[in-house]
Amino acid sequence: MDNMTNRTNEKTKTMNFSFNESSMNEFRRWEKKFPEDPAGRRSLVIPALWISQWQHGYISRDVINYVAEITQTEPLHVWGVATFYTLFKKEKTGKFLLQFCTNITCSLMGGDQVFVNTCKKLGVKAGETTRDGMFTAVEVECLGACGESPTLQVNEKYYTHMTDDEVEKLVADLRKMA
Amino acid sequence: MAEKKVILDHINDEGEQTLEVYQGHGGYKALEKAIKQMTPAQILEEVKISNLRGRGGAGFPAGVKWGFIKREALGPKYLICNADEGEPGTFKDRRVMTVKPHIVIEGIIIAAYCMGLDAGYIYIRGEFFEPYQAMDKAIDEAYAKGYLGKNILGSGFNFDLYTYLGAGAYICGDETALMNSLEGKRGMPRLKPPFPAQFGLYGKPTTVHNVETFSAVPSIIANGGKWYSDLGTSKSGGTKLFGISGHVERPGVYELNLGTPWKEFFEDIAGGVRGGKKLKAVIPGGSSTPVLLPHELEGMLLDYESIASRGSMLGTGAVIVFDETTDMVKVAWRAMKFYAHESCGQCTPCREGCDWFYDIFNRIYKGEGREEDLDKIENLSKFIGPNTICAFGDAFVTPALAFIRKFRSDFLEYIKKGKYGLKSGETSHA
Repeated sequence: MDNMTNRTNEKTKTMNFSFNESSMNEFRRWEKKFPEDPAGRRSLVIPALWISQWQHGYISRDVINYVAEITQTEPLHVWGVATFYTLFKKEKTGKFLLQFCTNITCSLMGGDQVFVNTCKKLGVKAGETTRDGMFTAVEVECLGACGESPTLQVNEKYYTHMTDDEVEKLVADLRKMA
Repeated sequence: MAEKKVILDHINDEGEQTLEVYQGHGGYKALEKAIKQMTPAQILEEVKISNLRGRGGAGFPAGVKWGFIKREALGPKYLICNADEGEPGTFKDRRVMTVKPHIVIEGIIIAAYCMGLDAGYIYIRGEFFEPYQAMDKAIDEAYAKGYLGKNILGSGFNFDLYTYLGAGAYICGDETALMNSLEGKRGMPRLKPPFPAQFGLYGKPTTVHNVETFSAVPSIIANGGKWYSDLGTSKSGGTKLFGISGHVERPGVYELNLGTPWKEFFEDIAGGVRGGKKLKAVIPGGSSTPVLLPHELEGMLLDYESIASRGSMLGTGAVIVFDETTDMVKVAWRAMKFYAHESCGQCTPCREGCDWFYDIFNRIYKGEGREEDLDKIENLSKFIGPNTICAFGDAFVTPALAFIRKFRSDFLEYIKKGKYGLKSGETSHA
């Protein structure tokens, strides 16, 4: 995000991202939740980032500029927000983002080892994506499902009681699905 | 004593997440009673009598908090339901929202009616996509029934309720950080005072409670404040949700009367240590609460006061169990890794302090600890908590001190032998 402050006057022309129809409908639904004033508009920054990520897969510089425009905020502000929250992806990930909780309980139940073993099997290091673009494996903080640990979140969905075998099966299933 | 299901009543019934089934079990009767038969002052009185204390971790009396809101103040007033459940070990709110979302909504509407609030937001952590969808669906049902929106149950009272989706930041569990996040900013806590009741969301009076706190309200209105209070102890009214995890036979979410003996919960209800092993330690209320040793648990009751008298906290009721095989240095290291990742970075003592703490715990765990390291932690700890805006500093300093003091010999062994440590590839900083 270099030259964030050096915004071109022709930013709308160079913009390569905008909401498609379903994203725009979702955004309109969120607009109704907040007051119709600049403060309420700013409350749309995080929802707009979410909607962009659902559509585009990650938060690119074009997404930042677009979100700033539709929420009437500055790109620098939007970038500051996007980088503060860990769930906003600043770069492309695999089709399936494997998020392994390794916090206290999940580690106690072997989740940290499942993470390490999965990385080995996929042939990636933490944070890397498999060559076919299918899987990115990352370690995350407590997912709030400690009673069924170890927990794995794949994109939005939770999978619990994860073992090496369970993950292997899941990875095979996801490959078939894709 | 056994489990006492007030919030968790019918939680395993099929369709409990729908308004129809919830209503079939008496749901929304408390709302009707509150709006049709009670004045806001009477509702407030019942909540005060109930002795309900905030279930998000701090335990502030709910009735007192509600009393801070000035009904007659001009302009919009807001309610926030804190569903940013992120304290490691905690998994109760996710369950309630997914399986019984209407009890949360009913409690919120009663609270809003009592305080004369105009709109509410349920701030759900970004990872909780399923609970977010469940809450949205339930809110739509409540609107369709006339429990939300304009002129609720013909009372002339208007109240709108919306969900909001966070995006991954533990610190947003702090109510002022949460409000900043809801305003589309970085989730950094605000200096208090002013408190949310005067200057909250968009600078307007705001009441913030945890999911569980709101969920307790319908039963208080339905059965009376005294009934609820009598379930607990004289200082801690009602029931509390406990999530127990780790090396325990039957992990899960349980609802118990406050004041239930620890022993009964742990041994009879949760089945004790898994696999018949011996107990090494317990974190009683989430990773920010100091760890307790078996002898400290003797005679302990599950309420705010009894746990505090042992130098820890009830917190969120998130109990993590460690058996005799647990490497407590690793546990402490993992906890510190979490805090180093989650500091918002606003206050220097916390931002730098949690990294220093993690560096020290990390080198000890890697087998590169130095003799002076434990003293260094003790020394550093004095300068963090008192010099920061929010409670995050204390949240990692207090448990860190408990780990090194109670498992001193384990730490010293690591430092002396230096032969344990991370197996290669075992970890990476998330």
